[in-house]
Amino acid sequence: MADTRQIRARKGPVTYVLRFFVITYLSVLVVWPLWEVTSRTFAPTERGAEGGFSAFLERLQDPSVSYAFGLTFTVAFWAVLINTVFGVGISLLITRYRFPGRRILSVLIDLPMSVSPVVVGLALVLAYSTGQGWFGGALESVGIFVIGTTPGLIMATAFVSLPLVIREIAPVLEEIGIDAEMAASSLGASGWQTFRRITLPSIKWAVIYGVVLSMARSLGEFGAVKIVSPGAEFRGETATILIQNRYTNYEEPTAYAAAFVLVLASVLALVVVSLIRKEES
Amino acid sequence: MTQALVTPPGPARTTSRPSGLFGLTPASRIGLGLALVWFSVLVLLPLAAVVGAAAAGGWGAFWGTLTDAQTFAALRLTVMEAAGVTVINAIIGTIVAWVLVRDQFFGKRILDVVIDIPFALPTIVAGLVLLSLYGPESPVGINIVNTRQGIFLALLFVTLPFVVRTVQPVLLELDADVEEAAASLGASRMTTFRRIILPSLVPAIAAGSSLGFARAISEFGSLVLISGNTPYQTEVASLKILKFIEGDNQAGAAAVAVLLLLVAVFTIVLLDLISRRVARRG
Repeated sequence: MADTRQIRARKGPVTYVLRFFVITYLSVLVVWPLWEVTSRTFAPTERGAEGGFSAFLERLQDPSVSYAFGLTFTVAFWAVLINTVFGVGISLLITRYRFPGRRILSVLIDLPMSVSPVVVGLALVLAYSTGQGWFGGALESVGIFVIGTTPGLIMATAFVSLPLVIREIAPVLEEIGIDAEMAASSLGASGWQTFRRITLPSIKWAVIYGVVLSMARSLGEFGAVKIVSPGAEFRGETATILIQNRYTNYEEPTAYAAAFVLVLASVLALVVVSLIRKEES
Repeated sequence: MTQALVTPPGPARTTSRPSGLFGLTPASRIGLGLALVWFSVLVLLPLAAVVGAAAAGGWGAFWGTLTDAQTFAALRLTVMEAAGVTVINAIIGTIVAWVLVRDQFFGKRILDVVIDIPFALPTIVAGLVLLSLYGPESPVGINIVNTRQGIFLALLFVTLPFVVRTVQPVLLELDADVEEAAASLGASRMTTFRRIILPSLVPAIAAGSSLGFARAISEFGSLVLISGNTPYQTEVASLKILKFIEGDNQAGAAAVAVLLLLVAVFTIVLLDLISRRVARRG
């Protein structure tokens, strides 16, 4: 084995060329732009715009910015909650029960990840908008409006992040098998007891991992939300839509401040996820 | 983080035979019913509505929309850009994965985290991040706004992790013995790579590339600020859909959307085939 190590560890000029190339590529593509966004957040290039941390906080306290972040959190909270309950349920059904169409269902579940966010928005509009949707008229007659309201935003967000929880839980359920659950139920435990005492503890980390991933995705969703939301100030303007609106309105400092918050949130998600991975192993 | 998103055999899919599974109990029947209703309301019915809207005008209208000069130019640009990005990613992604697995140097772990950032960032933020360095007022004097190169750069950014994260685990698990044998028989490092290592990486590269291609075809958020949306020049498919929706042309939007949906379904099927082939080989 020592010999192998030597063969693999032998460093020729190619090694250094590749290393240099990769570092340069990633720096130019990711690291430098990220650095630039950070510096622009605290030192705007725009004339007359104040720099520094207190100016940054001030921009975030603007009522329309607070509204946008409040709406984003509400939408993300409900979308993640729905996806978690649905995800745990459907994962149990797919891995534990036998029913016709089980395999098709498990393939279809993956579909939302590959659908373009704009298409997701369009799909919801074509199904539920009051004017042109298939079910718009029927929903209107019972007083339900989906498109242009917060429930519509929640649906769009839930759609795009639907498979994340399932993708984490299903493989774990598959791997732990059903022996312990069988034993529990043969000893007289009810279905709920078995789930709470046997199944849930073993998928705990997978659930948390899936929740973090869905949360990160939900907070940053843009395309689908953009289509179903009126997207105006104090009217369905989420954090991501606010960034677009402000940037195109030449209010760059606010756009950068809001974007920086979302950058922090995603870096935080990355850190939490890597900590969970460590905890698991 | 991206590991969870790009693992080619979609983990939700169960390939094992359903042996030892329970039959449906009354409680699970209700659960399955509720789950299916929600899944239909959220995903299946809306997607069906898209197909329905595209088909409403008949084949002629559908075909007419897609072959309209401006729409066709947008579709062609989208496919060309996505194909170019996919080729670059297949090569550079493999090199990045190689360096991350085989090389040892200070700061390597940071680079490993950097790979995940494009996925973790919201797409609109990704666009803004690129614009801060390569936009108007660029400190390096490059302005990519409303250029095809800008679209290319944005797509390279958002698809960076796909190939890297599919190739990395395969490279890690590669058996050292074969390489050793090849080297001891006098093969040069290039020959060893080409004849021994590359063949076992090909399924992973293919899987990562097709995921990246599908993503590039449907990308929207990161392009909104960068692409100037000029017809025939910098208009891509997803932005064309947005323009159709804003112009109240739902049928046109649906026609382009169906095309994107087909690419998505095709990618899923392709990945399923690749992962099954790999699974069969052991």
